[in-house]
Amino acid sequence: MNPSTLVIAGTEFSSRLFLGTGKYSSGAVMAQSLAASGTQLVTVALRRLQTDAASDNILAHLDRSRYRLMPNTSGVRDAKEAVLAAELARAALETNWVKLEIHPDPKYLMPDPIATLQAARDLVQRGFIVLPYVHADPVLCKQLEEVGCAAVMPLGAPIGSNRGLESRAFLEIIIAQSNVPVIIDAGLGTPSHAAAALELGAHAVLVNTAIAAAADPVAMALAFKLGVEAGRMAFEAGPVARSSGALAHATSPLTAFLSEMEA
Amino acid sequence: MSFVDLWQQHDFTEIGRAIERKSAADVQRALARVGTGLDLEDLAALLSPAAAPFLEEMAQLSQRCTVERFGRTMQMYAPMYLTNICANVCTYCGFSAKNRILRKALSDAEILAEAEVLQRHGFDHVLLVTGESSRYGAAYFGNALRLLRPRFASLSMEVQPLEEAEYAALTLEGLSAVLVYQETYNAGVYAEHHLKGPKMDMAYRLETPDRLGRAGVKKIGLGALYGLADWRAESWFVGLHLRYLEQHYWRTRYSISFPRLRPHAGSAIDITPFNERELVQAACAFRLFSQEVELALSTREGAAFRDHALHLGFTAMSAGSCTNPGGYAGKIESLKQFEIDDDRSPAEVAALLRRQGYDPVWKDWDSTYDGNSIHP
Repeated sequence: MNPSTLVIAGTEFSSRLFLGTGKYSSGAVMAQSLAASGTQLVTVALRRLQTDAASDNILAHLDRSRYRLMPNTSGVRDAKEAVLAAELARAALETNWVKLEIHPDPKYLMPDPIATLQAARDLVQRGFIVLPYVHADPVLCKQLEEVGCAAVMPLGAPIGSNRGLESRAFLEIIIAQSNVPVIIDAGLGTPSHAAAALELGAHAVLVNTAIAAAADPVAMALAFKLGVEAGRMAFEAGPVARSSGALAHATSPLTAFLSEMEA
Repeated sequence: MSFVDLWQQHDFTEIGRAIERKSAADVQRALARVGTGLDLEDLAALLSPAAAPFLEEMAQLSQRCTVERFGRTMQMYAPMYLTNICANVCTYCGFSAKNRILRKALSDAEILAEAEVLQRHGFDHVLLVTGESSRYGAAYFGNALRLLRPRFASLSMEVQPLEEAEYAALTLEGLSAVLVYQETYNAGVYAEHHLKGPKMDMAYRLETPDRLGRAGVKKIGLGALYGLADWRAESWFVGLHLRYLEQHYWRTRYSISFPRLRPHAGSAIDITPFNERELVQAACAFRLFSQEVELALSTREGAAFRDHALHLGFTAMSAGSCTNPGGYAGKIESLKQFEIDDDRSPAEVAALLRRQGYDPVWKDWDSTYDGNSIHP
């Protein structure tokens, strides 16, 4: 069985694992990790890029025929800066895809929901394909969908925390009511977290720290590839509902009297 | 309310004694809390003599936390000394007004000549450094920022404390970070070493990060000048300052540096011991106290030490530094602020980083992206 492809803004992806390009010890290790992961979409931090793209250490290792590049606005602090950064990224990288992330707080890197909604509205009007990084906030995700975002990217746990799906209860609601792909971004520390996200019905996951900071990033990239594939296959296979042992009674103490009356 | 109010509630000597009293159990308690948030008591434990036997464990945790947060990367920067003219008399500094040395403030052409050398080395982040004088103040810095902004992605300053409005104006010129080391948090020691000039006003200096936070400067650098007083208490006060600032100016990034007293022109002073092992303990303690604070390792330290220490929690390194105005272009005779101890070129340091599995990062922001800029 081949898992179905994912479509975002008209573009098909057979891999549901998206990768970041930061934190690697070298461009070469990054390139090998991307290859092992099977990813087709990678984010690049505009803040890190050299203005002269030809000499850039990250871009030099990215085969653009193989990977779609999605610049992110990491480092901006408000909607105005985000729009400016996205415009510069579009000019520099010749793509209108943008991962919108606005975190005015440099300690926990929490996304600013108000500024994100403002900037998303503006960027969609400017012709961008916008994928916003947000809290696992179901109402916000619906609002972002309404202003025209191509997908939503709620966090599983604080970024870089490797804690997994701590926002699970809210992610379930977001997935249940979303009409655009839901990509779980941030906090996924192990392939089993990624598998669980896909089993939950997330359309894709984005991973950076868990791979780049692993002792062997290339092996970890492959492990995530397998985890994502297993999770998606399981989701499509239709897992049986989790049974609740407490309710599994052979007898019917509350309704047995009905049968007795009917006899 | 400013940090001065909080600082006044803590006696330097008492804090030093409290740190001395920390036990191995206190250290273990702090280590068990890594990742879930350490408080100032934990910091005291990690800075204490009781933590010495745990140094390897601290270093391993520190390395792991740093890689998780920052990746296997090292930010590269270079200082550019604009002037050594200074109105202050400080016992420990080569620029002290009482030293009879050649004074120099770089002209526009000289600033650009320095910039050219640093650009050739690959630097995209430059730290502007000066002495303190009213003549070379905010207007001079603004001019330097305007000259350098088209050439570098990121510009920081380590100059005299300024007013909030001046910082706000310089931010619009592209200033992204300001380092203002307190030198010492011990009032008595501060008075002993700052003998003349505006720097004698300790409270004004203590309140400088508050003014920076209110002005919206993106990054604030803190630090004590190690060698003036008890390093454990100094470090704890830096931690107190950091935690206070994080709580009040939550949009700001913070960095900590570990300047140690170096040989310099002028009178010799008694240097309170702070050896390499203790520097490592302090750096690891800060990393475990704050996963996100940036830690800088300067060329004041020797090559052999830097080669090993860079793995232990640091996130930024200078390389090939000249500490005199005009030093890079080499056409001007002027006195250095202090002697550096790692004289390898930026290319050599970058190659070393790559061999050790680190990616040297020359650029991590571009002031072009600042939405509030007056020069978009």
